[in-house]
Amino acid sequence: MKLKYDPLNIVVCGIGGQGNVLAAETLGSAMCDRGCRVAVGETYGASQRGGSVMSHVRVSETWDPSVLIPAGEAHIIIGFEPLETLRIARKYAGADTVTVYDPRPVYPLGVLQGVQTYPPLEELQAEIERLSTMALAIPAADIAMEAGDSRAANIALLGAFSTLPAAPLNGEDLEKILARRFKGAVLELNRRAFAMGREAARKGGAA
Amino acid sequence: MTANAPGTVALMQGNEAIVRGAVEAGINFAASYPGSPSSQVLGMLGKIARERGFYAEWSANEVCALQACTGASLANGRALCVVKQNGLLCVADALHCAAQAGVKGGLVIVSSDDPSAHSSTNEFDSRWQAMSAGIPLLEPTTMQEAKDMIPYAFELSEQTGQMVLVRVTTRVCHGRGNVVLGPLPEKPRALERVKEWDRMVCVCYMHGPALQKLEELRRRFEQSPYNHYEGPEAPEKLIIAGGTGRLYGQEALRRLGREKETGFLSLGTLWPLPENYILKYLRTAKEVLILEEVDPFLEQAVQALAGREGLRIKFLGRASNAALPQVGELDPDVVTSAIARLTGAALPEKRPSSETELPVREMSFCAGCPHRATFYLLKRAMRQEKHPGVVVGDIGCYFMAGQSAGQYAWQTCNCMGSGVNVAEGLGQLTNYGLDQKVVTMCGDSTFFHSILPGLVNAVYHNANMLLIVLDNSATAMTGFQPHPGTGLTAMGDHVKPMDIPKILEAVGCQVEVADPFDVVEAEKTLRRLLDQPGMNVLIMRQPCATLMTKERSKKPVRVYVDQDVCIGDGCGCDKYCSRVWGCPGNTWDFKKNKALIDPVACVGCGVCAKLCPSGAIKVEGGEEA
Repeated sequence: MKLKYDPLNIVVCGIGGQGNVLAAETLGSAMCDRGCRVAVGETYGASQRGGSVMSHVRVSETWDPSVLIPAGEAHIIIGFEPLETLRIARKYAGADTVTVYDPRPVYPLGVLQGVQTYPPLEELQAEIERLSTMALAIPAADIAMEAGDSRAANIALLGAFSTLPAAPLNGEDLEKILARRFKGAVLELNRRAFAMGREAARKGGAA
Repeated sequence: MTANAPGTVALMQGNEAIVRGAVEAGINFAASYPGSPSSQVLGMLGKIARERGFYAEWSANEVCALQACTGASLANGRALCVVKQNGLLCVADALHCAAQAGVKGGLVIVSSDDPSAHSSTNEFDSRWQAMSAGIPLLEPTTMQEAKDMIPYAFELSEQTGQMVLVRVTTRVCHGRGNVVLGPLPEKPRALERVKEWDRMVCVCYMHGPALQKLEELRRRFEQSPYNHYEGPEAPEKLIIAGGTGRLYGQEALRRLGREKETGFLSLGTLWPLPENYILKYLRTAKEVLILEEVDPFLEQAVQALAGREGLRIKFLGRASNAALPQVGELDPDVVTSAIARLTGAALPEKRPSSETELPVREMSFCAGCPHRATFYLLKRAMRQEKHPGVVVGDIGCYFMAGQSAGQYAWQTCNCMGSGVNVAEGLGQLTNYGLDQKVVTMCGDSTFFHSILPGLVNAVYHNANMLLIVLDNSATAMTGFQPHPGTGLTAMGDHVKPMDIPKILEAVGCQVEVADPFDVVEAEKTLRRLLDQPGMNVLIMRQPCATLMTKERSKKPVRVYVDQDVCIGDGCGCDKYCSRVWGCPGNTWDFKKNKALIDPVACVGCGVCAKLCPSGAIKVEGGEEA
């Protein structure tokens, strides 16, 4: 499979503790196995502590990219939460950006305290769509809970991602990585979540 | 990590690359105290130490780590010391003394800086310590260099008899990239018995020889394979980069189409400067942009060089002509702007996006974190005092207690171990008219790292204060590394854990232990100790929630809101659970205007159920934690 862009730039974003880093690492390993030059940049100081978290995955066939994507240069955005997806899309979406995200809001502390307002979900989704060539809303956390554990939401989203025409690798590539990373019941759970994510994407997402 | 497969390409994190480099260098000894962004290094080394025949430890603090490495070096061992920026400052005295004494077996210090303080309280630049102590300084940019520079640093250290500082930054430590593996040695370097006349002594007359070593290093760096130049032979516009800025800069030059006419000098050896190598390109330059992380270290050194040579150059950098921000890490965007300014190229057009403000996402204690309960209790107790008390903070996850996560609990926060000392100062003044209760805190790992001397000082001088030890059985902030209280070592051995209450009693403190999840009893204990004169210690014991979640496959109980019982806005509690308590598990159902538990975030500690005045939060399925 030839890369549509070189370097191909993917942003994975969400909230600390959602498995964002693992998703980025899984993507990076799969592309490295394919013989590409890969750079993954992780901003996870806030991981496990509920702050905004993002990872950049960059893939090239010719040169070593830096670990950070320049503004406006993302080709794919994988978002675990709509507000975080929009935050990233505003900075990194460019001329041709495909977005796959979970539309389930997780309210920041400031919103719950009443000192900030969470924008209406429809407005968030409309702006994400405006900034993307194509946007796919996948209820990944719900899918993961149905598959058996909310922690598999990241894998459900990767499943949806693997169906995108812009994705640099397919379902099989990613399943191989899953089989290498997980064992036993956890592997089964992740396989289920992965397949359900793919299925949801094929049906066109929830939006 | 230990595969002897030279030539294999692997996707490695920078921290993994450092580990691989250490294994390829055949180290005998490694010691560290955890600190982001380099915390993972020693953890990984500990796991493979036995297999590779070396020793690895999580030391009680960085001073122990560096001085232990010095010992290993005296026996001709290769020793690796890993610290973060703040850790390097902790060891400043040990570092400067050891630098004058020199080394025998190679000694390499990896110090990780955290520009933008992603997982730190502040930004620091480790490089000044190399200049100040007079030791050589290397900085890798790619993961490949992060690996390759470790064996190179060991060789350099042994060839010159001096320790070597390798500075890394967050984007290298936490980034991933392709790494081509090198061969592994059959076994670590051979140790040598310490001879009667072997000396590693810090005395004044060693200052001269130490300076001579620096000159020898400068000569070597003129030829180092880690310095490269690309561009015209006699550049008028020159970029000098040390560290992560290099890749951003090279990409930006390509995007702006100016790579042919602009000189690009990449430096991997940053101190002592390879002056002649730099001057070769500097002499023709009219404008120079310096790309580096945190402080204008290279910028000042190159400016001094240019001044000495009488060169008239316009500098662009962090401290020159506002070309780069003075605070925060470099990124592709600020570097692209600076290069556009240097070369006169037009910036790529940016599509305008909406200006409406998006709510920020503040960091918070994890769902089920015992610290949240402790600070809730502390804030409550302090409010009931006649005069609100003063709370002195310290460094760890509980740093967040100064934000809304901990109900803005504290007034000061300095460095690790500072809390007990700042509180001692205030506690003494309670005998001189300061009419306030004084409280401070520390984690269990910090307790061993830097609290002990302060504790002795406070007890000996009978300060009136309360120290709360937040004992969550882990160095939670940096990823659950073992410490002397856990009974585990980096190499996985089970040893006798140090008993914090016994240590405290031996020192002469009044000690009590409470469980922050048992809010009624814990509050009583807390208030009793607040009223007691002298040095009191309250140990709040409850394991880290994240550690517990990792260890169990299922939540112990289901916590939920009975929305028929919740009075919502009508309750006098003012949405206490979601608004003040502030656990990620406690959210709000904006449609029904009632409280809600987020089943994804909740870990089932059940404390919020005890605080709800309406009893609307229910715990189902056995006893709560």
